[in-house]
Amino acid sequence: MTDIAAPVKGQRDSGLDDATLHAALTRTWETPRGLYGFFATVDHKIIGRRFIVTAFVFLFLAGLAAMAMRYQLSRPENTAIGPDLYDQLFTMHGSTMMFLFAVPVMEAFAVYLVPLMVGTRNIAFPRLNAFSYWIYLSGGLMLWIAFLLNIGPDVGWFSYVPLAGPEFSPGKRADFWAQMITFTEVSALAIAVEIIVTVFKQRAPGMALDRIPIFVWAVLITSFVVLFAMPAVMLSSTTLILDRLVGTHFYNAAEGGDPVLWQHLFWFFGHPEVYIIFIPATGFISAIIPTFVRRPIFGYIALVLSLISIGILSFGLWVHHMFATGLPQLGQSFFTASSMLIAIPSGIQIFCWIATIWLGRPMWKTPLLFVAGFIVTFVIGGLTGVMVASVPIDLQVHDTYFVVAHFHYVLVGGAVFPLIGAVYYWFPKFTGRMLSERLGKWNFWLAVIGFNAAFFPMHFLGLMGMPRRVYTYPLGAGWGELNLFVGLAAAMLFASFAVFLWNVVASLKRGEVAGPNPWGGGTLEWATASPPPFYNFMRIPVVTHREPLWAETESLPVATGLRVDARELICGTVTDATPELRESSPENSIWPLLSAIAVGATFIGSIFTPWAVVWGAPPIAIGLIGWFWPKGTPEDEE
Amino acid sequence: MKARSVVDVSTLPTAGFGPKSPMWWGTLGFMALEGGGFVLAVGTYLYLAMIAPDWPLGAVEPDLLPGTIVTVLLVISVVPNHLVSRWARKQRLGRVRIGLVVMALLGILPLIARGFEFPALNVRWDANAYGSVVWVVLGLHTAHLVTDLGDTLVLAALMFTRHGRSAKRFSDVTDNAFYWDFVVASWVVLYLLIYWFPRLYNP
Repeated sequence: MTDIAAPVKGQRDSGLDDATLHAALTRTWETPRGLYGFFATVDHKIIGRRFIVTAFVFLFLAGLAAMAMRYQLSRPENTAIGPDLYDQLFTMHGSTMMFLFAVPVMEAFAVYLVPLMVGTRNIAFPRLNAFSYWIYLSGGLMLWIAFLLNIGPDVGWFSYVPLAGPEFSPGKRADFWAQMITFTEVSALAIAVEIIVTVFKQRAPGMALDRIPIFVWAVLITSFVVLFAMPAVMLSSTTLILDRLVGTHFYNAAEGGDPVLWQHLFWFFGHPEVYIIFIPATGFISAIIPTFVRRPIFGYIALVLSLISIGILSFGLWVHHMFATGLPQLGQSFFTASSMLIAIPSGIQIFCWIATIWLGRPMWKTPLLFVAGFIVTFVIGGLTGVMVASVPIDLQVHDTYFVVAHFHYVLVGGAVFPLIGAVYYWFPKFTGRMLSERLGKWNFWLAVIGFNAAFFPMHFLGLMGMPRRVYTYPLGAGWGELNLFVGLAAAMLFASFAVFLWNVVASLKRGEVAGPNPWGGGTLEWATASPPPFYNFMRIPVVTHREPLWAETESLPVATGLRVDARELICGTVTDATPELRESSPENSIWPLLSAIAVGATFIGSIFTPWAVVWGAPPIAIGLIGWFWPKGTPEDEE
Repeated sequence: MKARSVVDVSTLPTAGFGPKSPMWWGTLGFMALEGGGFVLAVGTYLYLAMIAPDWPLGAVEPDLLPGTIVTVLLVISVVPNHLVSRWARKQRLGRVRIGLVVMALLGILPLIARGFEFPALNVRWDANAYGSVVWVVLGLHTAHLVTDLGDTLVLAALMFTRHGRSAKRFSDVTDNAFYWDFVVASWVVLYLLIYWFPRLYNP
């Protein structure tokens, strides 16, 4: 494409025919092939795709860790895996699933989809977006390389002190966990800011607040939750490293510190974390259902308000993870009430979805099957959630497999099923090809049956007294048969993911060609080619309706007047998306990668010496100056 | 699908100030999350004070002088900060250049005084939990001071080059000023916490 002559300086898109416009915009927005383009791209689609693929690699790694644990537990007094490795395995499983898979994959979908769904050409702060990916990748690699070197963390995914403190965890294992947190949270926080600004400022003209797709609302609210929750875990992991590295006493009771402070700080993040994963998943549901039942979502306003209330309430529940620490009873009662309260907006959402399906004409394609699987599974997880929100029950089942069953129902049922449905739904947009429906059905039934068979019996194991995080159990406990059954069912669940992987790999080459809108969806991402061109939309759409593609069947209203020789997009007012600016969007740059290397080296160095922060500062400063200093491109000269 | 043009954006400006600019919102986003971090750090301090039998855990209260000097300098800096912001909105390059040099100096001076603050805390970070939390609170704010000073220095240098004569750069100057207000405002709260709370609180 680069052999097309450069457009005249300041050339606008008005009046240009499609072929000329395509050539000019491609030249301006493309990521060049080759190594430089690979490392320097700031295209949200390329970065989003990378994010998704990387997150799924971590899902498979964490899944393998789970399979190893299930193998070890499949019979009593098994000696296949010793306690030391087992401790690392459950820590790696939980930490990877939460920090390297679940949160990043939701943000990854947002990075890819939000700019398309709001009708713009790139995410806000695209270089920060590139930086976020490199930082996330570095953090994930660091954790898994540490594990392969037998210095993987072994203190559980919430790394409780005093176990994780300097006294009981000498060596560097817990530090790798804490620093992985720093990597992933820096990445998540940066993406949250990008998403907020993209949604606030870059929406297509006419996309007033009440025309924003619910998925976009969901990731916007999630981004706010990230913004206020993640600093808590950064503060807690940093103070943990300080306790371990330079002898501070935050969690040392002998010197005025308090281990329970760790739990407060961690769960002030950790509970909203659940909703950081769950809210985008509900966004997937609200995007998938209307398309497959051929009608707009029922109760748009109620759904948006429910999402907002869940986002706010998620900050008032953290203490329900700490009922066993002996807190004052009044506090416990308050948090029981607030925990039950969140069932109300969640219930409103479920009823709106059921009403939409009820009133529509459902087409039971794979994405909608996963939605149905979600509703059933999540309701079961929600019910056990109401049970453990009650202090007396919680004290009985705390730290048993009942809790393991509960949160897997909520997280796998509530987030992974919608996510897999979302992959089936948007894969054609990402790649231009359809996934196989036949394999999709296999995938779905293996997943739903395998999941329920694996996790439902865990409720009973928990009630029978089996604690979580034990590497084996005595013959006389009587848990052997159920654990064997769970192990076999887990293999079935794992097989469903193997089918999924096979479907993805096979469809990339041989899948049916999708075209721009294979499902007949109503939102803007379906208005452009599949996969979308570098510039997303040839002309920026103008939105007149909540489902623009259903309202405008003949032709799409668009805005014109943007430059084609420089990266420009429309910025508008926050409430009504009335255009205010022709805002320039940064070009590709290698500096985000270089900055990420400098920051990553500093983070890893500071596991070993506090001076790494000092040595790391000059390279980081150079990286950031290189990043921001204008290079004389048309974008800089506006 | 065919397209029909209904909106023309060709006459729109390419840079705006305040809430018009995406960078302003980005700055606000980072202020919100860093502000959240400060709130949690303050919460940690108060939590540790609440569970302690005495406060500041047998240490001597921090000396007031260096911290108060920093506070005075930062509060004074708000005036030129707002002048720079106003000049930037009017795109007065000469004044903005002078103003940014002044702001760079008003970033360096408190940082020097900050160097005397750490010893004036009268407690080491590894002495007890009180020492740990005051060092972290002060360190956290120092990190903000250093990064915004760096930002101001780079921006000042930029405004002396040919790139300075651009509406976008003037908008950057106003966002930098906006962020400095945050650095100052958060310090006022932390100053009261670090220096006055241990004097007034009696468990």
